[in-house]
Amino acid sequence: MTDATNNGGPVLAADGTPLKKSLAKALRLQKMRALGLIAPLLIFVMVSFIIPIGSMLFRSVENGLVSETLPLTVAELQQWNGDSSEPPGEEVFSAFVADMVVAIEAKNHTRLGTRLNYEKTGMSSLFRKSGRKIKNLDPAVDGPFKEKLIDIDKRWGDVETWRTIKTHSVGITNGYFLNAVDMRRTPEGAQSQPEDKQILITLFKRTLIMSLAITASCILLGYPVAWILANLPARTANILMILVLLPFWTSLLVRTSAWKVMLQQQGVINEVLVWLGMVPDDARLVMINNQFGTIVAMTHILLPFMILPMYSVMQTIQPTYLRAAKSMGATNWTAFWRVYFPLSVPGIGAGSILVFILSIGYYITPEIVGGTKGVFISNRIAYHISSSLNWGLAAALGAILLAVVLVLYWAYDKIVGIDNVKLG
Amino acid sequence: MPDAAQNDAFVEFERVQKSYDGETLVVKDLNLSLPRGEFLTMLGPSGSGKTTCLMMLAGFETATHGDIRLGGTSINNIPPHKRGIGMVFQNYALFPHMTIAENLSFPLEVRKMGKSDREAKIKRALDMVEMGAFGGRRPAQLSGGQQQRIALARALVFEPELVLMDEPLGALDKQLREKMQFEITHLAHSLGITTVYVTHDQTEAMTMSDRVAVFEDGRIQQLAPPDQLYEEPDNSFVAQFIGENNTLEGVVKEINNGIALVQLDDGELIDCNPINVGVGDRTRVSIRPERVEFNKDRLKEGTHTIKAEVLEFIYMGDIFRTRLRVAGNDEFVIKTRNAPDQVRLEPGAQIEIGWLPEDCRALDA
Repeated sequence: MTDATNNGGPVLAADGTPLKKSLAKALRLQKMRALGLIAPLLIFVMVSFIIPIGSMLFRSVENGLVSETLPLTVAELQQWNGDSSEPPGEEVFSAFVADMVVAIEAKNHTRLGTRLNYEKTGMSSLFRKSGRKIKNLDPAVDGPFKEKLIDIDKRWGDVETWRTIKTHSVGITNGYFLNAVDMRRTPEGAQSQPEDKQILITLFKRTLIMSLAITASCILLGYPVAWILANLPARTANILMILVLLPFWTSLLVRTSAWKVMLQQQGVINEVLVWLGMVPDDARLVMINNQFGTIVAMTHILLPFMILPMYSVMQTIQPTYLRAAKSMGATNWTAFWRVYFPLSVPGIGAGSILVFILSIGYYITPEIVGGTKGVFISNRIAYHISSSLNWGLAAALGAILLAVVLVLYWAYDKIVGIDNVKLG
Repeated sequence: MPDAAQNDAFVEFERVQKSYDGETLVVKDLNLSLPRGEFLTMLGPSGSGKTTCLMMLAGFETATHGDIRLGGTSINNIPPHKRGIGMVFQNYALFPHMTIAENLSFPLEVRKMGKSDREAKIKRALDMVEMGAFGGRRPAQLSGGQQQRIALARALVFEPELVLMDEPLGALDKQLREKMQFEITHLAHSLGITTVYVTHDQTEAMTMSDRVAVFEDGRIQQLAPPDQLYEEPDNSFVAQFIGENNTLEGVVKEINNGIALVQLDDGELIDCNPINVGVGDRTRVSIRPERVEFNKDRLKEGTHTIKAEVLEFIYMGDIFRTRLRVAGNDEFVIKTRNAPDQVRLEPGAQIEIGWLPEDCRALDA
């Protein structure tokens, strides 16, 4: 010990190796062991979560289809001035036919048509219809093609058609993101969608506003419950806690359907109100398939996520704080508002973040009880994934949703401080 | 003395009872009155009802029966925040989300006091507990002793006439506790406030209080100044609870001229001061260890002495503590001052011990 510290050089361990080295060696073993323990989960998360999400997000900008299917055409189109009112020349048309013959052989041309149809209606049918006829052309001998194609379908003589192909021939595109915010990629740059196609911004706004409303009603309903639970003796609190957790024991679908039974016009609540004479029979309340129904059902479903963190934070607030405040002359309300409430804010914060993030991406409940007025952006994403098959747009919408959540999280951290979030 | 206090009583408990479950009484028939400026300690083992009494006075518990008066008016139906009583809690209960200055400002703000008045009072209160530089800190950044001072300052900042303290020094280490005992007493007396202090630590009660109320089984067993409590306990519970005490059991044979002759269970006879016993009663005789004498020259002529065997001698520096077997009791302890001429008793030695009859109190069995 003495010679290790006295010679001024690096401190040595008992066997003569530098102390830092042997410490690192000792710690490395621990780190390896820790890594080994989390490895199964890490691999599982990588394979089942991070990689799929990453590839999905990549789809929101990936746009290889046009340039892969029509490589020669895209190369020739570079020479063509998209701003001119003249359709491109013969070289583009012959390149196009050559590309199309290959694509039709591989049955890729309909996919291309579908892809371009997102940008300009009618492209899908144009490609399908023309495909059948172009199949019979031989790119080597049948030229020139310009007139022939325009004969097949006069839209091939339309400058717009070629502009669309040229605009969307880039490999990485912002087109999906522009679509996701009700804009589109045009040869003249980004432009707003026509009025009748602008729905996504509205949906984003609605999703945010309704998620906030759901979070707020969860706070209002959950706070008193959490307070009661935290102030009851442990035995009673545990029994009541079972009631709070009871919804978790039933399937989400069952609970949502139950709300349908409760809220519909021939449902329990309306029947009772009519029977009591509080509502006339011919003017039953519309409480389902709209925003009200979605907010009610989702508040009920997400309420436990608000109560649990609030409860565990409130449990740690000593009752002597309130007594101390009252002994100093504070009324019940002042004692609550100045002392108890600030101490319970971390619980509200944790619950709100949970409920808000869960509800902003909620899908099944709005789908069942939301009708057309009460659906969320996630329902639109699901539609593009499974019905319209516009995965690029779905991915862009998902990426925006993710970004919004991250921004809100960041804002929360700035305003309240993430250290102030406690789950217990 | 109690009669004089009755006239200008500031805090009064009259026939107060408290039950939590409707079956057993936690506080049984409590009568207590204290004058302005007194430092009264409620001392007792846990579960003796002392904290319940404090909470009833603060207004956090309601008396099941009886009257509690403050300055002559009954406060039974006045909510805690209107009683104007300062309180120091066991765990200090400083608000963790406020700075020290904000904590002290709280009672002044709820009284709608102006900003400049508040600042002056906060400064005065912090200086009073020598914590003037800590106003901007948060409670978690202070040590236990500093938090204790802040809690005290916060209870005093709105200048209450009555301050209640619920085992405020329980969480501190011994040295700090002794220092704070002195400071709290000093502060209470210099400000002239009335203090009710709850503790289970008898040393704390003895060193701090003007009077001590010893609680047991929901009743006050004795209410007296510390010296009287120690030297003249009213019953065997108080004698046992306060300080170190030797107990011998026997029967009162006769009482002559205020001196009782007690026959111990092994037949020995001793002279005692009868307190609450009559002829023929069983009694517990209580003698303080430092009042026992084994040097015959220092005892009065004709004093009854009894035989004892030395079991153990412990050197404690300032005193010697010797354990004896007396009348079949192996736990009989005597304390002697470490003086140049003091005898150090050897274990195994046979000696005779005696005492002044007035120091040996025959109490209820």
